[in-house]
Amino acid sequence: MPKRTFKIFRFNPETDSKPSYKTYDVECEGWWTVLDALNEIKWFVDGTVTYRRSCRHGICGSCAMMINGKNDLACELQIKTLKGTITVDPLPGFEIYRDLAVNMDPFYAALKRVKPWLINNDPYPSKERIQSPEEFKLMGDSIACILCAACTSSCPSFWSDEQYLGPAALLKAYRYTFDTRDKGLGDRIDALDNKHGLWRCHKITNCYHACPKHLNPTEQISKLQRRIIEEKM
Amino acid sequence: MIHRHDVIIVGAGLAGSRAAVEIGQVADVAVLSKVYPSRSHSGAAQGGIAASLANISKTDRWEYHMFDTVKGSDYLGDQDAIEMMVREAPETVIEMEHWGCPFSRTAEGKIAQRKFGGHTLEFGKEASLRACYSADYTGHVLLHTLHEQCLKHNVNFYSEFQVLSLIFRDNRAIGVVALDMVHGGLHTFYGRAVMFGMGGYGRAFSITSNAHANTGDGLALVSRVGLPVQDMEFVQFHPTGLWKSGILVTEGARGEGGYLLNNEKRRFMEDYAPTLMELAPRDMVARAMQQEIDEGRGINGEDKIFIDVTHLGEAKLMERLPQITELAMNFAGVDPRKEPIPIQPTAHYSMGGIPANANTRVTFDEKRTETVGFYAAGECSCISVHGANRLGTNSLLEALLFGRRSGKQIVEDLPNLEFPTLPADYEDAAREEVDHFKNVSGKEKVGTIRKELQETMMLDCGVFRSEKQLVSQKAKIQELEDRFKHITVDDKSDQFNTDLLEAIELGHLLEFSGAIVEGALARQESRGGHYRKDFPKRDDEKFLKHTLAWRKGANWELTFDKPVMLQGVTHKGFEPMERKY
Repeated sequence: MPKRTFKIFRFNPETDSKPSYKTYDVECEGWWTVLDALNEIKWFVDGTVTYRRSCRHGICGSCAMMINGKNDLACELQIKTLKGTITVDPLPGFEIYRDLAVNMDPFYAALKRVKPWLINNDPYPSKERIQSPEEFKLMGDSIACILCAACTSSCPSFWSDEQYLGPAALLKAYRYTFDTRDKGLGDRIDALDNKHGLWRCHKITNCYHACPKHLNPTEQISKLQRRIIEEKM
Repeated sequence: MIHRHDVIIVGAGLAGSRAAVEIGQVADVAVLSKVYPSRSHSGAAQGGIAASLANISKTDRWEYHMFDTVKGSDYLGDQDAIEMMVREAPETVIEMEHWGCPFSRTAEGKIAQRKFGGHTLEFGKEASLRACYSADYTGHVLLHTLHEQCLKHNVNFYSEFQVLSLIFRDNRAIGVVALDMVHGGLHTFYGRAVMFGMGGYGRAFSITSNAHANTGDGLALVSRVGLPVQDMEFVQFHPTGLWKSGILVTEGARGEGGYLLNNEKRRFMEDYAPTLMELAPRDMVARAMQQEIDEGRGINGEDKIFIDVTHLGEAKLMERLPQITELAMNFAGVDPRKEPIPIQPTAHYSMGGIPANANTRVTFDEKRTETVGFYAAGECSCISVHGANRLGTNSLLEALLFGRRSGKQIVEDLPNLEFPTLPADYEDAAREEVDHFKNVSGKEKVGTIRKELQETMMLDCGVFRSEKQLVSQKAKIQELEDRFKHITVDDKSDQFNTDLLEAIELGHLLEFSGAIVEGALARQESRGGHYRKDFPKRDDEKFLKHTLAWRKGANWELTFDKPVMLQGVTHKGFEPMERKY
């Protein structure tokens, strides 16, 4: 098994005055992902290494972190695709709780500001609402977002404006606005149509490059911007 | 710190969140979750949720779904609860559509449905398209839709709280004590009703589709207060776990037409289930695969089989199975559009759990006597709609539907439930546990003991079992429990101490694994997911009964006196027959 070196960001607010990196050499199986190596370290070498993880196959969104300078899911990123020493940092742009675990509260709070639920006060039909496959496709792959925060954390606009909704919350707003069953744009427009909302996006496309699910928040945000302009006209 | 809410729910997967939506509209509800709610493992379910909507299979009806579920359960499922589930399935799924769940659609714009193992029309005549789906991330969209409904209704969430103990006195649930993972410190939550939707116990096995978080915490907590657990020996091994990692390849891959191939490139299922072939129920397919592997017909003679979906074509794969296409590339290094995927059986679903009735009230004896103020639903519960083997797509249905029933039942019961008084020692068990782990200093490591437990459970309490293996595994668990007393938890911090968390979780795994093995040892028959090489036949005379297991000191006491409900609520019920597909 090849030995790989992991340089891991460490910070424990109870004992450390400032952050540091600690290096671990790990013998890795060929099929391992970065999360497998972190687990190997935590379980058998140093139990104090702290990170979030759960499903370990890219659907729960717990283990987003910055690996070799790029946000990704530790559980999906195969070690063999990375060269040299593997540097692991917490997601940028958030308060660090400990090591690789950050405070996600602002991320979830932004999500809630866009009213991420179907808004439609019509009486329910007796069966399902009819939505054609073409109408379903208008939502695009936004429904596959796992809320891992890799996108928002990679966005310079978010770094400079902590009130900015960020790409994940805007993608959620897109998902509902472009759902033919939803009538809630009027309820969401105040949250979207301001300098901390849609117009803070400067098409830097970091979110697109960061998304481990290969979604394209930048493109969806542009569509949402056009929709808001049409709405106001 | 002490928190008082009308209702305390533990677990924010489909069961807990669905109950919370119901209760949150009329009462003060708190939901505790060890992960952020949208990270619950319900979200990993891929293929679909069963309901006889008859959108495509026009003649489908609930009686067929009931028959399939009963037969799939190898007749151990309680038919009254099964009837309620299959009858209420369509309205439960439609309601999620009304709340915005993005289901894939038929050409005419209805909820799309696909085939799944064991689901048939006219009592086994032909496969039914009954699984409502959203590509292959059905659980994900259901979970997110529900979580968003919780946000809409201002449900109080306590995320990243690990529950350590259930406060239960004189047959009444009072509350729970939990550890705030982020900031450290114990918090006590009490209320008029307590509901568990805490998920399954797949992490007792080394090859599993389950999340790291699925450590069966609920099972350990109830057994520690003297309540029984039920049918624990019934563990579903899903046929198609990715080789080595155990990550799930949805049954939808076979539902869409995928083949299982052995090293002779032959569809060996024709030897085992000639009618349904790859779409026979999971227990049968997993055993067929394991037999092929054991008899040397695994790929390259190794412990793997191929699932081949190349003939479905890229367009269909990308439309219907995008997630597994990516999973195969990320975790098995193969492109399923061009080559077959290596797979092996993976511990997937816990049929056993906390005994509860169809109203989700937790029961504690053979006569189904109810506890007060205590409810359970979803995978942690054993209601029991899956009996000895669960059909694919019935798990999302069970979690959602009994979460819904639980919410409605609690709302109905609340006027009769006073706020209980916290006993003086309400926090003692939890505090002693945390203090022990922080102070104990021995040579053993949590990671090592857990690995040994998982590997031996897989080997000796897996797809095939025998007395010799199970006796050996019973001794192994006792050895591991002894060694567990001499661990060291490296991390002594209060904040975000996941080292401590893993010790707590291992304590839970060790606790209930004994019940799995004891149940498997005592149940001298083969039924559904439990297969004894030394007792290959089903024995209805002795074992058409639920197993109840109580933890007594270091041992487990078992009874086989709880009868199976063989009648439905209105339906006369299906008589046990030989199970062939």
